[in-house]
Amino acid sequence: MSPTWDDTLIVMPALNEQDSVGDVVSEVFAKLPGISVLVVDDGSTDDTASVARAAGAKVLDLPFNLGVGGAMRAGFKYALRNGFTNVVQVDSDGQHDPGEVPALLEELQTADLVLGARFAGVGEYAVRGPRHWAMTVLAGVLSGLASSKLTDTTSGFRASGPRAVTLFAEHYPAEYLGDTIESLVIAARSGCIIRQVPVAMRPRAGGVPSHNPVKSAVYLGRAGLALLISLMRPRVELSERAVPV
Amino acid sequence: MSLSSYIFGILAALLTLTVVIEMLRRRRLRERHVVWWLIFGVLVLIVAVFPSSLVWAANLVGITVPINLVFFVSIIILFLVSLQQSAEATRLENKTRILAEETAMLEMRIRKLESERSRET
Repeated sequence: MSPTWDDTLIVMPALNEQDSVGDVVSEVFAKLPGISVLVVDDGSTDDTASVARAAGAKVLDLPFNLGVGGAMRAGFKYALRNGFTNVVQVDSDGQHDPGEVPALLEELQTADLVLGARFAGVGEYAVRGPRHWAMTVLAGVLSGLASSKLTDTTSGFRASGPRAVTLFAEHYPAEYLGDTIESLVIAARSGCIIRQVPVAMRPRAGGVPSHNPVKSAVYLGRAGLALLISLMRPRVELSERAVPV
Repeated sequence: MSLSSYIFGILAALLTLTVVIEMLRRRRLRERHVVWWLIFGVLVLIVAVFPSSLVWAANLVGITVPINLVFFVSIIILFLVSLQQSAEATRLENKTRILAEETAMLEMRIRKLESERSRET
């Protein structure tokens, strides 16, 4: 089943991922033949851009680091200008299984933003302690805002439909945690329909999730602050504009 | 107050104003960044020339020791200036981010055009 892949762009923000990005891009092409892949090289100092290009992806080479949010905003802008109506964000470290993309796109037919949720029963990804509590509280608040049950609001595996792409190309937050928390708040308050689909998450190719209590506390504080600030900001009106040709 | 401290006050105020206006004149400062410094300089000059105006103003707002009014107003103005700097930094960051996006997209187009052209020839 590949009805909408022409309109779909896989966007991968990548920072110094030369060891994994090539394999991830190849895997995407293997599992989703014919789909377009855009790697946004977020100011890498290694060969991420050329490795991705060699693997067959289009590469947007940012001159300096903008953070995941900034890289994604560039990706949305590219999608909008080049006639893609759906954007699927996939991490370049191999954490997300491209085989799950069709499930996200399927759900996207009746929603504007679909999250691939890690804790919704599939896979063995687990987070404990304060970080887990923070995620639970965030999930509660954001579920209320979106009037839809969301359990994994910090997931970077997400698909955006035409309305969300138009919104995000202009308003995707480029701040810390903006790409996960604030983007959901913006989308929910603009009236986007947000859903989640359970996905299995693979262990990261490099590095382990931190369980340092101080870091967790800092994360909790910053996440709470990001949530508060995004709630205080003026609502963004969603323009029902035609899909660009 | 002695005559020397009176003159010292006036000279300090004039120096502040001269530096601000000179930088504005040489386009080293844009006028929208200079407003608070100009207000600051003029206030200092008024107080330096007419020290009794400070006592009058302090009485007006109920401050017993007039010098505290000087500190208070100075802090407020410095606070506003630094706030304006932060806002300006945010604005500039946004602009550079947009420029980065645009150059990346242009770079991509050029690369595509060049590869198409090298294939043609």
